[in-house]
Amino acid sequence: MMMNNTLRNQCKLLPGSLVTGKWNKNQYKIIKELGCGANGIVYLVESGNRHYALKLSDNGTSIISEMNILKSFSKVQGSTLGPSFLEADDFMKTGKQLPFYVMEYIHGHDFLRFIDKKGSSWIGVLMLQLLTSLSALHTNGWVFGDLKPENLIVTSPAYKVRCVDVGGTTLIGRSVKEFTEFFDRGYWGLGSRKADPQYDLFAVAMIIINSAYPGRFHKKGEGYRQLNDLIKQKKELHPYRKMLDKALNGQYDSALQMREDLVTVLSKQNHSKKKGLTQAATGQQQTMQPSTRQARRSQNNSKKKSGGFFETFCLLPSYRCSMFFTYMNSCYDIVIR
Amino acid sequence: MKAGTLRQILLITDGCSNHGEEPSAMAELAREQGITINVIGVMENDVIDEKGLKEIEKIAGSGGGVSQIVYAQQLSQTVQMVTQKAMTQTIQGVINRELQQILGDSKTMEDLPPDKRGEVMEVVDELGETSKLEVLILVDTSASMKHKLPTVKDSLLDLSLSMNARMGDSRFSVFVFPGKRNDVEKLLDWTPNLEALTATFPKLSTGGLTPTGPAIREALTYFNKKRSLRGLLSHDDEQYFEESM
Repeated sequence: MMMNNTLRNQCKLLPGSLVTGKWNKNQYKIIKELGCGANGIVYLVESGNRHYALKLSDNGTSIISEMNILKSFSKVQGSTLGPSFLEADDFMKTGKQLPFYVMEYIHGHDFLRFIDKKGSSWIGVLMLQLLTSLSALHTNGWVFGDLKPENLIVTSPAYKVRCVDVGGTTLIGRSVKEFTEFFDRGYWGLGSRKADPQYDLFAVAMIIINSAYPGRFHKKGEGYRQLNDLIKQKKELHPYRKMLDKALNGQYDSALQMREDLVTVLSKQNHSKKKGLTQAATGQQQTMQPSTRQARRSQNNSKKKSGGFFETFCLLPSYRCSMFFTYMNSCYDIVIR
Repeated sequence: MKAGTLRQILLITDGCSNHGEEPSAMAELAREQGITINVIGVMENDVIDEKGLKEIEKIAGSGGGVSQIVYAQQLSQTVQMVTQKAMTQTIQGVINRELQQILGDSKTMEDLPPDKRGEVMEVVDELGETSKLEVLILVDTSASMKHKLPTVKDSLLDLSLSMNARMGDSRFSVFVFPGKRNDVEKLLDWTPNLEALTATFPKLSTGGLTPTGPAIREALTYFNKKRSLRGLLSHDDEQYFEESM
């Protein structure tokens, strides 16, 4: 869906401009645009020498729903899945009231690019992390909904998988309203869109399948048979076959159950081919990222020469923005190297 | 607040009407009766001309609903999104009127501090989840729509999948226009399940006129019949009849 131009114009802010809240009076300095979606633009901002992500919108409705979700996330004990919520306020821009909210700035790498660079042995490890986070979320009565690689960020230096764009998050028992066909069990004819833990576990299986089919594919005929055939055709998916089958058919009672099976698969792999998990353990030291913004910036400036592993951004709204992809493409060579 | 019934007409077309009443006037009539009209313009290899675009926007504008032009491939997601968005819009309209009564003149959600707004939005989301929903689907089957009908069918199945995942009941009926004998023809009576849409649906297509206005008018009488029968049973429906924006 294209974002309309009015939103683009109204929410367009140049680096250096200040956003001051009407209610709480806090001030944020725009550093750069991180991404744009159907219902708002996300900026990297600075306030009190700290970085945050700020989402500005001209549509109160959807942004307020998102804010509610982020707030509930913050209440989920031990869940580090989504960005933490800071505050919500309104920005008065030339007489018009634009609602915004401020959240933690999660920086790292887009999941698929990370796998591309670091190798497929990372998929299992990151999925273990994801399943642990999902388990906490499910226990608290929520389902993530719109799980897909574009919504997953791998942070560094400690490689941790986080989710951005919580717009699809739904209370268990309600209907999932924001989803992406490829990762939606309803699309494949393998279940309803009523939020239950199995809905997310289906998407986790599809993320693993997606890593073997980066171009994705459309549904042709009977969904289950097609997925089954495609899993058979890829050697790298064979170790996961049984687990994927159970997840696609909604046969796991919980994320932890699926996680157990994944641990078994990974430890078997580890016996035959030690590389996978050892790499995970030592991976942290391989590429350290400069921790200050200045350092990152200087690295960015010299990226062509050094080909450094540098920061990509973090917040990806539900609908892809062409500007973001232009940006990603320009980074592509360097990140993939 | 108790959840009532949200009534919508979903018009799927690819161009301009050329017969009978002005469609936007009929849309206005629908809105007066508390029925929202959403319009989706479907393109494939063709483009919808300026006149068609204007008409689509105008119908949804008068009908208090949402309009969207899409390529056939994106139809499923759009149908779902448009229906959802119109539901939220209608509920918000109702809530805003309630707020005005409580808070005084011209106060709406926007005037509340963000935290309070969040609480109101929770109520809106809750109602969207639990309300009953009736969607009358009105499909243009004039010649140029012919090869788009299989996609339309898929997207309608997908719509019932999404709506049936809600806690509130959903019911659909399907009409096509022009009909064999009349301006509009009933294909499927009120049902929660669009799977019942026959295999012949994609093969339907009729040449000649595109009577969008008359089709809307007739679709309305179908709602009316329904309502007069159920009126005694569901008093709380009334609140949605008055206004849809």
